[in-house]
Amino acid sequence: MSEQTYRSLYLIRRVEEEIARVYPGDKIMSPVHLSIGQEAVSVGVCEALKPDDIVFGSYRSHALYLAKGGDLNRMIAELYGKEAGCAKGKAGSMHLIDVRAGVMGASAVVATHIPQAVGYAWALRQRGSDAVVACFFGDGAAEEGVFHESLNYAALKRVPILFVCENNNYAIHSRQKDRQNAANICDLARSHGIPASKIEDMDVNEIRSRSAKAVEEMRRGSAGPVFLECMCYRWMEHVGPNQDFGSGYRSKSEANEWFKGDQVLQVGLTLSSSTRNKIEAEVEARIKDAFEYAEQSAFPDERELCTDLYK
Amino acid sequence: MSVHERLITYAQALREATDQEMSRDPSVFMMGQGVDDFKSFYGTTSGLLEKFGAGRVFDTPLSEEGMTGVAIGAALAGMRPIHTHIRMDFMLLAMNQIVNLAAKSRYMFGGTVSVPIVIRCVIGRSWGQGAQHSQGLHSLFMHIPGLRVVAPTTPYDAKGLLAQSIRDDNPVIFISHRMSLFQKGHVPEELYTVPFGQARTLARGDDLTIVGISHSVVDCLRAREALSSVGIHAEVIDPVSLSPLDTRTLAESVRRTRRLLVVDSAWTCCGASAEIVTAVAEYLQGQQAFSFKRIGFAPVVCPTTKALEKLFYPNPQSIAAEAYALVKGKRSWQPDFIESAEILEFKGPF
Repeated sequence: MSEQTYRSLYLIRRVEEEIARVYPGDKIMSPVHLSIGQEAVSVGVCEALKPDDIVFGSYRSHALYLAKGGDLNRMIAELYGKEAGCAKGKAGSMHLIDVRAGVMGASAVVATHIPQAVGYAWALRQRGSDAVVACFFGDGAAEEGVFHESLNYAALKRVPILFVCENNNYAIHSRQKDRQNAANICDLARSHGIPASKIEDMDVNEIRSRSAKAVEEMRRGSAGPVFLECMCYRWMEHVGPNQDFGSGYRSKSEANEWFKGDQVLQVGLTLSSSTRNKIEAEVEARIKDAFEYAEQSAFPDERELCTDLYK
Repeated sequence: MSVHERLITYAQALREATDQEMSRDPSVFMMGQGVDDFKSFYGTTSGLLEKFGAGRVFDTPLSEEGMTGVAIGAALAGMRPIHTHIRMDFMLLAMNQIVNLAAKSRYMFGGTVSVPIVIRCVIGRSWGQGAQHSQGLHSLFMHIPGLRVVAPTTPYDAKGLLAQSIRDDNPVIFISHRMSLFQKGHVPEELYTVPFGQARTLARGDDLTIVGISHSVVDCLRAREALSSVGIHAEVIDPVSLSPLDTRTLAESVRRTRRLLVVDSAWTCCGASAEIVTAVAEYLQGQQAFSFKRIGFAPVVCPTTKALEKLFYPNPQSIAAEAYALVKGKRSWQPDFIESAEILEFKGPF
């Protein structure tokens, strides 16, 4: 498992570093919300899922898309606005989708994908499928009304869905405690009758095992929704390719613990250096290919402007 | 009795279309506040719970945005939800899901998904509906690419267009006027569809074209009768489908009559009437000049008291007076006040 986990973590980290590296060259001409530092949440949860399980995420979904097996070439082409992109360039970074991998389209309006994830999970159970849905969102989503509407309905109908709150403490530049009086998101879930637990240290193995336990109970058909709050830390600015520790709203010192616990580093250390080197070389080759693929792909034909509105 | 003789109400026509589509396609289901209660959403869902079970016909929490999202999610998973609102005013709570998600998903995701949902809602006047139970907000949805917006008035169109809307792979806003729900019309028993984007000419005439949106078209027909007593022959058209709009039918009528009066069950500013006049003008530009007028709600909040409410809505008298002025160039005639029977007869409390 740790080789696969490392491959996944390393891939996401390096893809996003490459995105940040090329970004100033204006090949990617739209907002990017990087997950660097938070990869373990998506990787841990998705390792507990099967290929036909479904994930829903937000505008910060590069990690989720890749962790669930979304096509890398089509992702980078999408960021480059190319026709070969996962949505022909019409989506960009904020709306990644790969239906074949079970990655449903991401929404850029906070929390708005949560009820859709609930509806999808309801439909799966309605049809007798044993697949489940995992729905990812940030701590800010818990402030939206539709978050509560969705949790209530999921609990009411005992829908097979794993809610995954990636709590990185910041909504753009404002802290959770400045936005939420109680600042206890698990309690919000519990108040809807949903079992909830918190993982403080972003340990990928712990995230995987708790997710696996939750989804296995759902697959057996009886269990309803489960809520997992995963504490994490965003290393980069809210949107864009840079760090922003000098901008005044947070300091690098609060990040130090997270840097030390970096799961890419920690999981890498459990492998022999030769294994690590081999995985890294494979991943680097894939990334190189993906960016070349994006570079070489064509922009969509002008006729594409008016396709895909209606079926 | 031949099918052409069968008279049923608009509400019964909606019920029948839903029943037949749910029988035909197991992925169709219906959710909304009160769809499974004894009032059965104005009778439009009666018997469906017993026939199809609580898994396919069910009540929802009072969560307009959340439940719209649930419907979209189920649609993404291959189901065909019909989501209901007993008043269109409540859809404002669901605008985010409708505008940001339902309308955009197919395009935004490069055609990889579709969102086949029908959002059925009721608009309209009668029995002091007041500020927040009376609005016709169709133009808000007409503005949004990716949505279809329909407002059928006859039981025949209601049945055929609901069947079409359920089968369509795109989000459809399906609007019914309270006063239309209990009106009767000829409706075939067998299942049929009415296409989007096809207006229906309800009466022929050469002097002016009157376009009436939703229940307004019934008042337009009453105005037409009054106008004929002073020798004016109006053509009355129900656009039926607001988006897409059948501009050709409307414009070809105006090409002949050279006069266009649009009557809406809504405000005129940035409304469906503005869109219709503009679409016709663009269509006929350089070919046929025409004069035009729009009437709709008074540009205020809807008052509850009957004394003011009657001034708020267009009525057959005001429609006829405007039509006369458009044809004769002067405001010198109006018929006696014509009370619409269904408004007069309707009693609440709902």
